[in-house]
Amino acid sequence: MVIPAQTLRHTFLRHNKKFPHVWCPGCGNGIIMAALLRAIYRLDVSKDDIVLASGIGCSGRMPTYLDFNTLHTTHGRALTFATGVKLARPSLNVVAIMGDGDATAIGGNHFIHAARRNLNLTAIIINNSIYGMTGGQYSPTTPFGARSTTSVYGHIEHDFSIAELAVTAGASFVARATVYHAELMDRLIEQAIRKRGFAVVEVISNCHVQYGRRNNLGGAVEMIRRFKEQAVHVDRAEKMSAEELRGKITIGVLTDRELPISTEEYKKVRERARAARGGKV
Amino acid sequence: MSEPEQTPGRQLLQGNEAVVHGALAAGCRFFAGYPITPASEIAEHLSVLLPAVDGTFIQMEDEIASIGAVIGASLAGVKAMTATSGPGFSLMQENLGFACVAEVPCVIVNVMRGGPSTGLPTSPAQGDVQMARWGTHGDHPIVVLAVSSVLDSFSITVKAFNISEKYRVPVILLSDEVVAHTREAVRLPGRDEVKVMDRIRPSMPPDWYRPYEGDNRGVPPMAAFGDGYRHHVTGLIHDEHGYPTQNRKEIEGFHERMAGKIRRGFADIQMTRGFHTRDAEVLVIAYGSVARSALRAVEEARRQGMRAGLLQLITLFPFPRATVTPLLKQCRAVLVPEMNMGQISREVQRVNQCDCRVVKHNRVDGEFITPMEITRVLLKL
Amino acid sequence: MKQQDGWERYEIRFSGSGGQGLITAAVVFAEAVGVYDGRYVCQTQSYGPEARGGKSKAEVVVSDHPIDYPKALELDLLLAMNQAACDAYFYDLKKNGILVVDSTLVEQFPTSRVIAIPFTGIARDEIGRVLVANMVALGAIGLLSGQVNLDNLEKALLARVPKGTEEMNRDALRRGIEEAGKIDLDQLPRSVMNEDEEEYP
Repeated sequence: MVIPAQTLRHTFLRHNKKFPHVWCPGCGNGIIMAALLRAIYRLDVSKDDIVLASGIGCSGRMPTYLDFNTLHTTHGRALTFATGVKLARPSLNVVAIMGDGDATAIGGNHFIHAARRNLNLTAIIINNSIYGMTGGQYSPTTPFGARSTTSVYGHIEHDFSIAELAVTAGASFVARATVYHAELMDRLIEQAIRKRGFAVVEVISNCHVQYGRRNNLGGAVEMIRRFKEQAVHVDRAEKMSAEELRGKITIGVLTDRELPISTEEYKKVRERARAARGGKV
Repeated sequence: MSEPEQTPGRQLLQGNEAVVHGALAAGCRFFAGYPITPASEIAEHLSVLLPAVDGTFIQMEDEIASIGAVIGASLAGVKAMTATSGPGFSLMQENLGFACVAEVPCVIVNVMRGGPSTGLPTSPAQGDVQMARWGTHGDHPIVVLAVSSVLDSFSITVKAFNISEKYRVPVILLSDEVVAHTREAVRLPGRDEVKVMDRIRPSMPPDWYRPYEGDNRGVPPMAAFGDGYRHHVTGLIHDEHGYPTQNRKEIEGFHERMAGKIRRGFADIQMTRGFHTRDAEVLVIAYGSVARSALRAVEEARRQGMRAGLLQLITLFPFPRATVTPLLKQCRAVLVPEMNMGQISREVQRVNQCDCRVVKHNRVDGEFITPMEITRVLLKL
Repeated sequence: MKQQDGWERYEIRFSGSGGQGLITAAVVFAEAVGVYDGRYVCQTQSYGPEARGGKSKAEVVVSDHPIDYPKALELDLLLAMNQAACDAYFYDLKKNGILVVDSTLVEQFPTSRVIAIPFTGIARDEIGRVLVANMVALGAIGLLSGQVNLDNLEKALLARVPKGTEEMNRDALRRGIEEAGKIDLDQLPRSVMNEDEEEYP
């Protein structure tokens, strides 16, 4: 189903918000925002029942433009606020949108514990391998040897895989896409929101302004084209050796499993507490 | 949602337990926290009681996450709190600022222990007073209250929630190791005796709603997420719609309304208790557990013929100058005993517009200030 | 000058080593006085490393008026369940205060104004569990302090102890009361100090 862009704009963008947005021309964030909106459009949930929480950074601004219950929190803390919202009002669909530094450096502790806790939440992590808004400093996903404004002599630390971290930490659903794979991305996001349990979608994105430029990766078009070349669908990746997968980006659903959800388990705690206390406090 | 029932009659409670009962009576239905001495009993008891009243308890991965979850729950329309001690309170400062700026009602209990850093985890102290007021960066409105007994721990917790809801401001409730762990036999007020206030909800149609447009008190009505009033909440300085702004006039207006809502509510927020203040020539100003030592010291000084009085501060910030300043004019000297190096005495000095002598008495060795040491200093004034 | 209201208070310290159940004893005493007898009471205890092993203490302050300072200032009664606590806290007693020691564990008495009862011995040999020595002591203190209705003390005790142990704890409490009943307070020296020391406090 093709959803006209105009429908998305008129349905979901805040008309009283003074555009233009803060993102650079060619930024992947717009593609991701549109994919998110297509997913939500297909979910057919009332806008009143959606909460979009973000942290700080370029990704953090996305909720500002969208006509939901929106929450622009502090750096790295989106999942903690989202946890409170979800527990207090479990009927809401709560989506946290974060960047790589936001979710896995300053917010790394919250991220792994949110995955372990397995609340019915969705986390979308835009991974552009750099701190864009602050001027191009290295992040936990900046590759070894890469150049940034804080590693001009070459980066000496190793990056980690956000999606694999989420799998290990216990998330119910983990998927990855790149901004080239816009349609795959909206299907993954839709699946993630529908999933009962903590669901993570990592989106590999381009920051040609702060990252591409310093690492001779060209502009937005060149970077996104490279994502297309690097991407290997998970079905195919499973048949490839580690050697063959070097420098590739595995896309698709990495994990989809049924685990007890703490929001559901807490209902049982309430029943036990009521029974134990006989209605008295 | 079922309401909690107060057990009628007297019961033997610790200060920390009384905080729990106060919170439940005030309508708190969400707690997120992280274990820390000497505040852990609050979390432990709420983990038992909250689920029994359809409330929610969660132990988070740290104090940063705890206050984040508290803010989230409050935005979703549920009264929420956390409880911690010095090190955890330090970690909370960033998100505390968010709660101030986004005007999210919540109560943060800090059971003070010896600091700085890991300090003296099991000893009483009052070293977090100025931090409670100024700990988070930037100018911000905040209310700080201090409790001195088990009964206070109940009733001032209720007040903390009421102020927080009424003014959409985080309220810091300062307890200390002595108050937290002392057991006293108390009769907690029943449901009908407790006055509970809730945040004002918007009454206009959603299209008209401006989430950060103050009413005549400067406090905007607050819609919960999911109520149909879709709006934006941010830690950026924002306009009346809640959207980030760089407009000089809007920024100024924002700060003016923030400070103004507390200034206008000053008479309502400031709480003090006077003992023998009417004819006092020498005054003791104290708060928290030290106020109890001070009361005994003042009685002793009176026995020895000195016209001494005690002003117990319950509200520490905004500093209750309307009560303090006239007493400073009346008295020749004022003694401020504190379990810190002098954090409220500087406020007393600040509002001292006459030649009242302000004398400090400080103790930071982890020991509770005794009545005798206060009497000793008092009788020399 | 006339004494102010709220001045009169009775202060008890339960002391010994961690694990002897002194805090429980203090809490039961406070509950009996505060909740059942309806008087004012403050109960405090030592926390942290000092509360484990060596010296553990719990205090109860009782009054007919609201209590300002919640901790003990000058003890009316000191229970010492080991030598270390006896030595450390003896000097906090008022001169006409009462020192009660567990004579099973305390061998050297710092004063002749002392009530020595083998709480641990009674618990071990008569009740059959060393664990309830604290309750034997609680019974004795209930009687000797004269601050609590003994029926209420038993009610408060039974409400606090684990199910299935009520009888044992009640027996321990009653044995303590009985043993203390044999003591004639008037026969004790009038001060914990000897006369020389009294002159130079």
